Amino acid sequence: MKRRSFVKATAAAGTVLPLALNGMGVKTYEDSPLLRSLGRRTADGKVLVIINLSGGNDGLNTLIPLDQYSNLSKARNNILIPDNKVLSFWDKPSVGLHPQLGGLRDLYNNGQLSAIQAVGYPNPNYSHFRAADIWMSGSDSNESWTTGWMGRYLDGTYTGYPKGYPTATMPDPLAIEIGQMVSLAFMGPEVNMGMAITDPTTFYNLASGTTDPTPNTPAGNELAFLRLMAQQTNQYATVIKNAAAKGVNKSTKYPTGGRQPLSDQLKIVAKLISGGLKTPVYMVSIGGFDTHSEQVDSSDHSLGSHGNLMKQLGDAIAAFQDDLKLLGLEDRVVGMTFSEFGRRVISNASNGTDHGAAAPMFVFGKAVQNGVIGANPTIPSTVTVNDNVPMQYDFRQVYASVLTDWFELPAADVKVAMGGKEFNTLPIFKANKASIDDYIDLVSRISLNRIFPNPAVSHTQIEYFTESGNVKISLFDAMGQLVRILKDDWHGHGTYVVDLDVVGLRSGNYYVQLSQGDKRITEVLLVQ
Amino acid sequence: MDRKQFFQSLRNPSSSDQFAVNEVDETLQKDEEINGNIGLQRRTNTGISAYKGSFGKSELMHLLRRTLFGVKVSDYNLYKGKTLEQVVDALLNVPSAMPNPPINNYGNLVNDPNVPYGSTWVNAPLDPAVEPNRKNSVKSWLWSLMVTQTPDIQAKMVLFWHNHFALQFLEIPDSRACYVYTKVLYTHALGNFKDLTRAITIDPAMLFYLNGRLNTKKAPDENYARELQELFTLGKGPNSKFTEDDVKAMAKVLTGWSINPLTNPFSTAFVSVNHDSTDKQFSSFYGNTVIKGQTGINAGNTELDDLLTMIFKVDEVALFICRKLYEYFVYYEIDDTVETNVIVPLAKVFRDSGYSIKTVLKTLLMSEHFFDSWNRACVIKDPITQQAGFCREMELKFPSSTDYFLLYQMYQMGMAFGQLTQLNIGDPPNVAGWPAWYQKPLFHRSWINSDTLPKRNQFTDYLLFIGHKVGTYTMIVDPWIFVKQLSNPGKADDLIADCTSHLLPMSLSATQIASLKEVLLPGGIPDYNWSDEYRAATDPSDPNYATALSTATVKLKYLLKSIMNLSEYQLS
Repeated sequence: MKRRSFVKATAAAGTVLPLALNGMGVKTYEDSPLLRSLGRRTADGKVLVIINLSGGNDGLNTLIPLDQYSNLSKARNNILIPDNKVLSFWDKPSVGLHPQLGGLRDLYNNGQLSAIQAVGYPNPNYSHFRAADIWMSGSDSNESWTTGWMGRYLDGTYTGYPKGYPTATMPDPLAIEIGQMVSLAFMGPEVNMGMAITDPTTFYNLASGTTDPTPNTPAGNELAFLRLMAQQTNQYATVIKNAAAKGVNKSTKYPTGGRQPLSDQLKIVAKLISGGLKTPVYMVSIGGFDTHSEQVDSSDHSLGSHGNLMKQLGDAIAAFQDDLKLLGLEDRVVGMTFSEFGRRVISNASNGTDHGAAAPMFVFGKAVQNGVIGANPTIPSTVTVNDNVPMQYDFRQVYASVLTDWFELPAADVKVAMGGKEFNTLPIFKANKASIDDYIDLVSRISLNRIFPNPAVSHTQIEYFTESGNVKISLFDAMGQLVRILKDDWHGHGTYVVDLDVVGLRSGNYYVQLSQGDKRITEVLLVQ
Repeated sequence: MDRKQFFQSLRNPSSSDQFAVNEVDETLQKDEEINGNIGLQRRTNTGISAYKGSFGKSELMHLLRRTLFGVKVSDYNLYKGKTLEQVVDALLNVPSAMPNPPINNYGNLVNDPNVPYGSTWVNAPLDPAVEPNRKNSVKSWLWSLMVTQTPDIQAKMVLFWHNHFALQFLEIPDSRACYVYTKVLYTHALGNFKDLTRAITIDPAMLFYLNGRLNTKKAPDENYARELQELFTLGKGPNSKFTEDDVKAMAKVLTGWSINPLTNPFSTAFVSVNHDSTDKQFSSFYGNTVIKGQTGINAGNTELDDLLTMIFKVDEVALFICRKLYEYFVYYEIDDTVETNVIVPLAKVFRDSGYSIKTVLKTLLMSEHFFDSWNRACVIKDPITQQAGFCREMELKFPSSTDYFLLYQMYQMGMAFGQLTQLNIGDPPNVAGWPAWYQKPLFHRSWINSDTLPKRNQFTDYLLFIGHKVGTYTMIVDPWIFVKQLSNPGKADDLIADCTSHLLPMSLSATQIASLKEVLLPGGIPDYNWSDEYRAATDPSDPNYATALSTATVKLKYLLKSIMNLSEYQLS
């Protein structure tokens, strides 16, 4: 049986089952948490909420590597978060959250937060617009794609859209973005799969579109697009209005409306889900992360513009998660944050930070494996303006994990959604076979014993240990660009030494990265 | 039927007679099919040679629709009968004087001790107590520049440059800086692009917005240096290969520029002690240029001139700006043929003219490519063109200029509708401007979605039927102002033909025309019913004048509403 047929069969069984159990009507079935959970064994009904932190979030002040604190204090003293204010994790004292992210820390304490360290991609781009396109489309750094990762996923799952939609099994929009825009992330091969709404309760009836043919010219093309938009808006307006009318919010933790856009947006999402909308993907966004100047309050570094954003983020997610729990929807919804890049390791003189490379991502919900995936970024002792956090994980590994372990998409379909590329999943979800502990306990499998001499003038040696398996040693420059691969082959159990000739390399900080599968260890090498 | 067929079924090549195409490239058609692209199946090969075809109503209307915010009947009449070159010269011959500056429109709400009610605040000292009111004033005023435009290209170009050299007023703590910035755009809108770039680089609002004021030799801030290249001059195309080191070196060249808050209106200052006077080395992309480090009070100016000389030597600058002009005035899709036949030669014209904006626009707007029927009616109106354009088409009467509060309330309404439909004038989403003018692949289509399309219809419906009420004053469309300027409004067929040909960029099908006629003459009643109604409604001595006027007014409003709710109305 194909997955989709199976899903349909299960869904049909679900609607019969409650009647057989106690004679409850369909309406009651929808409102009963017990029965709702019975009907929810498949990917259908699962929801992903993507939170876009627009502008480039300062990862080093978000998920703070406390074991690097002294080097961090040298690199960014004017924006440094006092270590006694950092909200460290109860089981992981070496890393903690921004003081205003209490909402996320509570989620961690409830076992509902997965933090993934230093997510990026090879050869990072420092332009907001290119970088955002890369994150939305899922392309490599040097590619320019016109479809989005979610658009390709939805196109593969809801084949033929928009022809024939809405259908009986998918009567609702495939994706909803709260706001006036629909992102590149939802762009399918031919149409955007997303629908933008600002207020789900009010819609304006559009003139019914004519079916007259349009000419085969640019004007005709645009006209066909306009008519399609009018038609879709009318089709979906009713289902959204109904869901908004039927849906409720139960949490009292949302801040007062109209002041915190992210919280307002997530509140709408919770209401629409509770109102029965079958839409599998939502996107919400919050701007202001481009903190080139005055990102902290000079008298208290935990406050200021970035602190404000952190508070809005943490509070909004906490209220949303509380709402989902009270609504009995916790099992069905996960959230994921992303930002187009992190920021430079070193701060600037304007009490801010310039565009950078890798940064942490958060995935939250009842379905996640609680914990921190990956090691703290290594902060060099002398940091120049060029230094960036090198990536540990590719952002598309996170996407692939969502599709594989949350939406239960077969590997071949994941590959299609990823534009034909394959990415290893990470233990973000409980459904993943790997345990998060495998990623934390690195030392037992591989270790970087020493780099000597360091600083290096003409050459240096890297000594490492590994259990048997494939080992890769890569050299990145401070900007996060891959410079050289020193080793990439199978090793037996033992200690090894590899030579590195540094003649011809520009002086500055480099990162030596030892990896086995997705386990990675990074050390700084200074070339003089 | 697969999706491709589905989309193609929405079109019908045989019905495209009014869109005859000059030339068709069969090879490209095959490529399209092989790639499975549902895009266009034909292409045009026209270039920038001057258009020699007939210059009738449809050509003039095309030119005016693309260069004005909506076309008044009087705009059309002004240019009717002139040659193409005469019209283009007139459109490009813009007033040198700046429109009246924004005023204290808030004096009835809050006291501005330095500025009398109705006078301008642009030269008054900063006053934090009234700063939010001034911000509102300058944003409303900026919208008013579009709706009160003279019949030339200036307002359209101010919006183009506002999108190009984008900054956000709400991030600027002093509204006077927002005014100064707008004045720079106005002054240089059709001047020299290099001069404009220079003026913007040291414009106080821009020095604030992209942190130029904080960029010092001790702490270089790369923000402006990056955007100067990526967004303002070179773009981020595949041939724009400046390096990260170029960004850093450029930041050093620009150290020391600051804002002088003490002058009034305040201005730019150069603080030489903050300037990095070392030599700046650039990459091979800039021919390994070294900008000699300077000291003293003129160091900033000298190095900035050297910097712009270096940047403007790169061919990519003219190519980038020409692509943006093309996307704004012609269409967003630039394929290889357009790049070769239009962009490359146009960029050469731009470069050879020493970056004269007027010259490049004249070439583009007079080109056979611009008038190619292939390129007509294919621009989705931006929100200002749709909304301010509607107000101009209908000649909506704004309150008297002496009722400062009321007048600005109406401008504010227009500004707010723009904001609801994605174009918050004064406040683009970020430094790249509005996505519809840069974001592949949707471009102009990103103006339109399930949120904004209904609101566009709401705007026209609202001003036709309800009107914007402030206190006891209602600003509402009087349909007679427009209708009475048409050739024969008492005859239903002529009325519909004139309304649609003036308000829509393409012909309607017989079915659509029939449904418009149904609005005027429901149930297929004979045409004379409208003629009689019209005659009575326009003759105060007619015994049925009052009732006929009321009935005919409603009918005209429904006719206009029906036209403006058509998808065709969103196109220009």
